[in-house]
Amino acid sequence: MVEQQICTFFLKEVYFGIDVQHVQEVIRPQAITHIPLAPSDICGLINLRGQIIAVIDLQARLKMSEPQTQLTTKPVDQPEGFNMIVCADDEVVSLLVDQVGDVLQFPQNTLQPPPATLKGRMRQMLAGAYPLSDGFLLVLDPKKTLNVNLTE
Amino acid sequence: MELTEIDDDIEAFLVESYENLNQIERDIIDLEKASVHKEALARTYRSLHTLKGNCGFLPFPKLESIAHAGENLLSCLRDRQLVITPQIISALLQTVDSIRQILSQIATTKQEGDRDYSVLITILNQLQSQGENTQAATTDEFIDLNSEFSPVSNLTASPHIRVNVNLLDQVINLVGEVVLARNQLIGFSTKFKDNNFAATCQHLSVITSQLQEKVMKTRLQSISTIWQKFPRVTRDLATASGKQVQIEMEGADTELDKSIIEAIKDPLTHLVRNCIDHGIELPAERVAAGKPTLGRLFLKAVHESGKVNIEIGDDGRGLDLEQLKKRSQQLGLVSAAQAAAMSDFEAINLIFLPGFSTAPQVTHLSGRGVGMDIVKSNIEKINGTIEIDSQQGQGTTFKIKIPLTLAIIPALIVTSGGDRYAIPQANLQELVRLEAQAQNTIEMFYDVPVYRLRGNLVPLVYLNQVLQHQNSVTDLEILSLVIVQVDNYRFGLVVDTIEDIQDIVVKPLGKQLKALSLFAGATILGDGTVGLIIDVGGLGNVSGITAKQKQQLLSENTTNNQEQTSDRQTILLFAGPENAPMGIPLAIAFRLENILSSAVEKVGNQYFVQSYSRVLPLIELDKVFSHNHQHYLDDQVAQTLQIIIVSPNSELSVGLIVNRILDIVEEPLTIKGVASRPGIAFCAVIRGQITEILDIEAVIRIANPHLLQLTTHG
Repeated sequence: MVEQQICTFFLKEVYFGIDVQHVQEVIRPQAITHIPLAPSDICGLINLRGQIIAVIDLQARLKMSEPQTQLTTKPVDQPEGFNMIVCADDEVVSLLVDQVGDVLQFPQNTLQPPPATLKGRMRQMLAGAYPLSDGFLLVLDPKKTLNVNLTE
Repeated sequence: MELTEIDDDIEAFLVESYENLNQIERDIIDLEKASVHKEALARTYRSLHTLKGNCGFLPFPKLESIAHAGENLLSCLRDRQLVITPQIISALLQTVDSIRQILSQIATTKQEGDRDYSVLITILNQLQSQGENTQAATTDEFIDLNSEFSPVSNLTASPHIRVNVNLLDQVINLVGEVVLARNQLIGFSTKFKDNNFAATCQHLSVITSQLQEKVMKTRLQSISTIWQKFPRVTRDLATASGKQVQIEMEGADTELDKSIIEAIKDPLTHLVRNCIDHGIELPAERVAAGKPTLGRLFLKAVHESGKVNIEIGDDGRGLDLEQLKKRSQQLGLVSAAQAAAMSDFEAINLIFLPGFSTAPQVTHLSGRGVGMDIVKSNIEKINGTIEIDSQQGQGTTFKIKIPLTLAIIPALIVTSGGDRYAIPQANLQELVRLEAQAQNTIEMFYDVPVYRLRGNLVPLVYLNQVLQHQNSVTDLEILSLVIVQVDNYRFGLVVDTIEDIQDIVVKPLGKQLKALSLFAGATILGDGTVGLIIDVGGLGNVSGITAKQKQQLLSENTTNNQEQTSDRQTILLFAGPENAPMGIPLAIAFRLENILSSAVEKVGNQYFVQSYSRVLPLIELDKVFSHNHQHYLDDQVAQTLQIIIVSPNSELSVGLIVNRILDIVEEPLTIKGVASRPGIAFCAVIRGQITEILDIEAVIRIANPHLLQLTTHG
């Protein structure tokens, strides 16, 4: 039986996962250099052992943050959360996530389409979902997540 | 594509052949020692057999014949049909020398050369037969053979392995990280004040610097990578054009970054072709001029203070400055007054103007007539410069300066909104520090702040505003200006503070930010943080200062008197959009007319009017320059239109609709400023007022580029 290993993380208490093959490492928050006039879902750039990596605000990219952004104004210079270093399509970027969970293992044939309640940008970027006892684990498609040309 | 594949095959063949030859040579020497000759003989035979087999894949029949004859002789020795003699050893060594000679020729020209090796082959064949008479005859012929062959330098292939460039880049990144760690440790050692710790840090610092230097060298290649093909190019071009040319190379082992070598390959090839095609004369012409029939083409390369100087030159006819000026006027690139006032240096630089080519006809040897402006722009893309030194009748030399590597560039570090940014030194012109009282010299010109810098108007860009920093400080007591230049226009960049110039390692921004034109890349600063590298061209676009200034043909060294004389022009003044003062040279203003708007006809999107039995396209300057333009032609109310008919060339005339024609003046344009916006050639102070001088072709291109295409096809 083919099994898939998923590195899991949380965004605003929503449970997400991504195939471990695409996860290079997870690091603590880094000093971020802000980029003027950059797209709104780009936090900035970090120095990862001599390599300059763009940091993507995954909440903004998945368009999860509209209702909450107005309530909480966080300074961009000191973001909370973790940097998940992801490789896809010969590109290395950092995804900014709230919390990092365990590495879970699922039989691949149990992957289902995303729940019908999910719409828009988030649905486009998902590869599917694994059922859990108390809900779903939403699995990201790394290539689609990093595709800057993807339009809603 | 096939040629490239053959070249790669030849390269691989040469590498393997040199390795085989070295082994063969050692084994032949060993043949004279009875104790080991059996094994050496077998190995020699196999190596020569391999070399002969490889020739079959490539067109090298001479090499194959020599290897075959040598192989046959070795076969007889191996089968003990012959006894090893000094004559046989000498013949085999001469075989190795001949093969090495041919390989050297192949490495240089990709061909075997014209040398005749039949005597050697005959001797090798004769040695296979036995008999006293034959041996005696062979001894005599050896003397002749020895006198025929000149000494061949030992060209040994150095040991090397292929390393992927990506791997080298990763190693360079890691070494950069080591440098940062070292810098942090040095900071700690200052705090701790422990002598042993400080000594260890010093040791680490030395090792790290050496490591960085060595690693950067791994990306370097010798310029012979490009030059090794030029003897063949020279021979083919000279033969095809009926000329005699010899090429000399000096400094072929000068090393450059691999990416730099790729970038200068085409410009250098173009210059070599230029020297042969246009520079060096035909033999009869050279003899008449008292020169040797054999023309001289030389290439030099040398490291000098962090840069690489390359010279390509010839001893040909040199540049005819009068011919250059005449042709420039015919092409409309300069006026007669400008040509007359030019220095020799300026006249020589005419060949870099777009559209200029002195070749009476395009020859297939020089390609499709690609001009020298392409050569220049390709060199400038890598932050290089090119100059020409030419003496009529004596020759021309192109002098190129290029950086050692593209990866490391000097840059000025500035701050804006609390962040640090790097401005490449290649764009840097000067730094200006304005005290509080001096800031009164900043004036508004058509909604653009400008600064008067030694009589020239320089538009200003406030970096805080472009970068949309929220905490921009507008009431600074001291203003810091960075005067930058890109292409042919310049502007002043207002920054918070100016720090220093550092060598920075340029890294790409990546796909996520590819749409961002404001930054050319990023770098890691001394404290380990990421700094953004400003793309000066992109910054000009984003801030709206994009107009290109016309080529500055007059040198700053021109005397005031000459400048005043050459710049005196008759200018037609008129009120442009929003009553902005504008002007055009009267020389291109063909006629002034007043026409009724009812006479205007619209065809497609273009307005026309019939004038003197010609159909005249009309251009509304309001639409070109102003967003809140008046609708002259769309109004139904009949009115009189003021039109200036201009002829940028003999095939095209257009009518410019202006608000009001003011005057015709003749003035020296001594106070000039850079172009303020697209469609403007430059700004000048006329009658104490800043006036925009139109660039007619640019205006037409903005309004309706199709009009220009019509004349191009005509």
